[in-house]
This record gives sequence, C-alpha cells and structure tokens, in this order.
Amino acid sequence: MAMAWIWTGMVVLSLVFGLINGSLDAVADAAMSGASTAIELSLSMAGVLCLWSGVMEVMNVCGLSAGLSRIFRPLLRRLMPKSSRDEETLAALSANFSANLLGLGNAATPLGIRAARRMARGCGGVASNELCLLVVMNTASIQLLPTTIASVRSACGSQTPFDILPAVWLSSALSVAVGLGTATLLSRWGGGDV
Amino acid sequence: MNLSSLVIPLLLSAVAIYGMGKRVNVYETLAHGAEEGLTVLLRIIPSLVGLLTAVSMFRASGAMDWLCTLCSPVLQWLGVPVETVPLMLIRPVSGSGALAIGSDLMESYGPDSYIGRVAAVMLGSTETTFYAIAVYFGSAGIVRTRHTVPSALAADLAGFVASAFAVRLFFGV
Repeated sequence: MAMAWIWTGMVVLSLVFGLINGSLDAVADAAMSGASTAIELSLSMAGVLCLWSGVMEVMNVCGLSAGLSRIFRPLLRRLMPKSSRDEETLAALSANFSANLLGLGNAATPLGIRAARRMARGCGGVASNELCLLVVMNTASIQLLPTTIASVRSACGSQTPFDILPAVWLSSALSVAVGLGTATLLSRWGGGDV
Repeated sequence: MNLSSLVIPLLLSAVAIYGMGKRVNVYETLAHGAEEGLTVLLRIIPSLVGLLTAVSMFRASGAMDWLCTLCSPVLQWLGVPVETVPLMLIRPVSGSGALAIGSDLMESYGPDSYIGRVAAVMLGSTETTFYAIAVYFGSAGIVRTRHTVPSALAADLAGFVASAFAVRLFFGV
C-alpha cells in the first residue's frame, strides 16, 4: 500500500500546485509525456534485459552459476536463509550481487528480478521478509567501482576522478547497513512473515 | 578508458568460452533464456507507466521545488549542503534526472570542490529507489510491499547524510 499512498500523494499535490502556480498545462503535458517515457525506457532496457537473462541461462546450464553460488553461499545463507535453500534462487542472487559489486547496474536488475520472481512464488502478492531485503539491497547501492560517476567527474575536468572511492564505500556501507537494520526492525512488528 | 567497457565484453567471452568447453550449445541456450526477458518486460511496463507519470507531473507542477524548500532546513541541520537538496529529492525517482543535476553541480562548483564531491558521492552510493521497487515488485507480482519503502528510504537518507560526512572526513570542507 505504501506505493499507492505515495502515488496518490504525488498526483494530488501535482494538481494542487498546478492550480496554485498556474502550471496546469505543463502538468497535463507531463502526465502524457511521463507515460510515454515509461514505454521508451522499457523498450530501451528490453535488449539488456533479454541479453542478461540469456547469459544467466548459459551460466546455469554450463555450471558457472553453481561456482558463483559457492562464493556467496556463506553470506546469503545468513541474510536470506529460506531463499538460499533453493539452488536456482541462490544462483540468481549471487549473480545479482556480483553484478552490483562490479557496478553493472544494467545486468544486476534482470538477475535480481529473476531471483525476486522465484522468491515471490506462493506468497500471494505479499512480499516476504527476504524479498523485502533483496529489494532494499538493490535500492541501496553496493557497487565497488562507480564508473559512471567517475566518468562524469573526469568530463568536468577532475584530475583524480577516482579519489572519491573511499568516501563512496563508506557511505554505501552506512546506507546498506541502515537499510538492512530498518528492514529487520520493521519486519518484527510489521505483521509477521508469510 | 572506462573500466566497465572492459568488464562486459570480457564477461560475455568468458561465459561463452566456458560454455563451449562444457559442450553447451551457447547460442541456443542464450536465446532460450532471453525469452524470459520478454515476459519480465511485459510485467514491468505497467508499474513504470504509473511511476513515471506521477514523477513527471510532480516535477512539472512545481511541487518538487516546494518539497525542496520544505526539506532544506532539516537536511542542513543533518550536515547536508543545501545546494545538493534537489539532487537528493530527485535521486529516488529518476536516475537520469539525478545524473543531470549532479553533473550540473560538478560543473558549476567544480568536480573537486566540496559540493562537487558530495554530489558525486551521493550519486555513487545510492540507487533509483522507486524505480527498483516498481521494477522488482512489478515483475514478481507483489501487491503488498510491507516495510520495503520505509526501509529503502531510510537507507537513502542515511546514504545522503553519510556522503556529506564522508567527504568532510576524507577531504575536509
């Protein structure tokens, strides 16, 4: 329901501010263009989505993802004990983690979605604690090499575009820790797991 | 050279060579797996349409600017420079919007200035939260997101405050 409240809030506030500021024409145009941006965005990510789903399949069939799972199993078994019991979910989770760490956001999303779809089975549309954790970890950033930001910095004339790395690591770690901590706390009084 | 330009081709070749070594029909398997991408895409589109419509209305109406002025005092109190407040507010809803604002800050204040660095660290240590929520839950068919949204937003806020703190820690003001 959280998304429903946020969505309603945003749309109603847009109407109110459109009336106050006299920007109602712009708001109406924005609604239409926003909707079509969504389709453009989906189409632009379609190829990447299919590509990485395909690569994941190849990795599964030839046994590469089993190797990746072995590396991440100790960590994931602690974070998500239920989901990591299923081999294929564990493989997708491990691949999602690796892609995130490498800073391949485009690859991480399809791999994470693969894990999420398996984790959501039999939940009846209610997110389990572990699924919430997966999404929280993907909304916080755990990348080791923020290459996009470094290239923007060097384009702006920075001499040492990568000197922010320790600061990025520190604030990513704090952000992920707060996300996981909040999720764990809220899951206790949030009506129990499914 | 951008490092990710090396990673992707290397990764694809490594998987292909390893698969061929295992006598796997790499091409057929890739195409078969790619089919799943299409199913996922169809389930993502509706959530994205909802999200992006609201976001672009919110920005166009001026409500976003109002939210910035509303949040500024609290965030300043938390040690976040006021110039980066618009970046923080746009970050959870639009990745490209945040990158545009961030690049603008780096350009006008200099990439090696305090503000420029804070903007870069903020961009590097957070993700497009609502986009990820819409995409993940949309594709998994989840209706009740329970505590995900508050937890993810808490992580974002912590990331922003920590970015300003980390830059002060490593570079001084």
